Amino acid sequence: MSLENNTSLIDEEIIRKDESKGLHNLIYVKDLSLWHGKQQTLKNVELNIRDKGITVLLGPSGCGKTTLLKTFNRLTDLDPDIKTTGSIFFEDKDILTKNIDVYALRQKMGLLSQRPHPLPGTISDNIRYALKLKGIKSKVEQDDRIEYYIKKVALWDEVKDRLKYSANSLSIGQQQRLCLARGLAIEPRVILADEPTSALDPISSRKIEEQFQELSKEFAIVLVTHILRQAKRLADYTAFMYYGEVVEKGKPSDLFENPKTEIFKDYLQVGH
Amino acid sequence: MNFSLRYYIEKLRKSWMIISLVIILSLPFLIGISLLFKSWPLLVSTPISEIIFSSNWMPTKGNFGLWPFIFSSIVVSLLGLLIMIPFTLASAIYITQFAPNWISKVLRTVIDILAGIPSVIFGLWGIIVIVPMVSEWATSANSANASGYSILAAGIVVAVTTLPFVLNMLIELFESVPRELKESTLAMGASHWQTIKDVILKKIRPGIIAAFTLGLSKAFGETIAVLMVVGNVVQIPDSIFAAGYPLPALLANNYGEMMSIPKYDSALMLSALMLLIIVILFNYFAHKVIRFYQSKM
Repeated sequence: MSLENNTSLIDEEIIRKDESKGLHNLIYVKDLSLWHGKQQTLKNVELNIRDKGITVLLGPSGCGKTTLLKTFNRLTDLDPDIKTTGSIFFEDKDILTKNIDVYALRQKMGLLSQRPHPLPGTISDNIRYALKLKGIKSKVEQDDRIEYYIKKVALWDEVKDRLKYSANSLSIGQQQRLCLARGLAIEPRVILADEPTSALDPISSRKIEEQFQELSKEFAIVLVTHILRQAKRLADYTAFMYYGEVVEKGKPSDLFENPKTEIFKDYLQVGH
Repeated sequence: MNFSLRYYIEKLRKSWMIISLVIILSLPFLIGISLLFKSWPLLVSTPISEIIFSSNWMPTKGNFGLWPFIFSSIVVSLLGLLIMIPFTLASAIYITQFAPNWISKVLRTVIDILAGIPSVIFGLWGIIVIVPMVSEWATSANSANASGYSILAAGIVVAVTTLPFVLNMLIELFESVPRELKESTLAMGASHWQTIKDVILKKIRPGIIAAFTLGLSKAFGETIAVLMVVGNVVQIPDSIFAAGYPLPALLANNYGEMMSIPKYDSALMLSALMLLIIVILFNYFAHKVIRFYQSKM
């Protein structure tokens, strides 16, 4: 894509500022509002998602974090009551416009949901299906990649002897790592994670967090969480949301040390 | 003061509940045993295999071959199942996956209304609509029996009578699939149809098999609507336009008549016993499948 095309879509000013700071952003959310029927769930959201690194969307339950996440891969399309205004720019396109190939878009945005939802079938079937959707037909290559991705999420030693077992036979923490492997197998640019540790025990949570730190060197990760400690441990960039608005955003070092708004101060207080 | 009275009332209540429970639980056995008892005279005089597989039905001569009835029952219920499967699956998928809310609500109401219609009305509807239609097809196919009273007509009618029952089960199954599983699949870039075909249908496949087995069992036992359109001729039907005579129709048409014929009573009781056993087996199988599927969840 040419540079002119790029700048015609995304605010030139933003890109210049980013570049002067040495930042490279992958997703630009511009003036995004979202209505769920008559109720407004997102209010004029402005947010940049960095390439490579973990952007944490922090906030209390029901503040619109998950909804924002679902606009990134257009899962909001499933609900006919949802209407949006504004734009989300990703790879030189506004992904909220009608003429976007949503299937291709979703393959660039891997999703890890709150609870693991393995597909019916075996452990290897779960990743094989992702590979099939990606267009990889050769059985040998599928098998190679299944091994590669299971190793990548540090699950190989635990499951290598039972790849043909039902994915439901795994513990919930293992299932979540399998779902992560499945998401990686579609070769996304971005990993969207919706409170991915909320159903897990502390040890499994820690494993997922370690994975994320490793993966953030390769991928842009958007992590939704309401756990302050998790945000502090993982965030390279944080946005605090409250009732559909991004109230504060910035680097965690600035943000957590010098909260500007009362709401965020309260949240930090309660979170501790 | 009232203690002892309350105590006895409490005891009465408890025993009343236990007694009702025992009665309900033992009903299938009691029915089965009384049928077995009544069919015993025939069973001791003729080997069971001969009764089941012989086509010779001559009650006055003491020949009670039940095969024409068993065969008709099997063919009619399988035909009904075959006709019903595509309709119920397609509607269940449409109602749960594609239909806007208001359409899905209207459709559910229609299904509930259908489920509440007495089967004699389906039988009448079969006579005035389905039988003439089948008759036309039979005529154009140069079939020996062009009356329209046939196993095909019975198959269609039985498909309609069991349809709401099966459809309701299928809708419940489709709705049991968590929304997040659907979202996870779509998030991998699968299309809506791929999600349904590769994930949702696969997830609930055992349940679907169980639902159709229960439907088959219901079709097998369907009596009045079937006997009104099936023609009731004792023969092995040689085409779908031929008349048949399923087991429930045999019982409903004949019990109470010609009871002076020796062992006739026994033969009817035996066919009732077989009907009972087959239906129980179907239900048992369906529940096995459901149990298997729940244990895998």
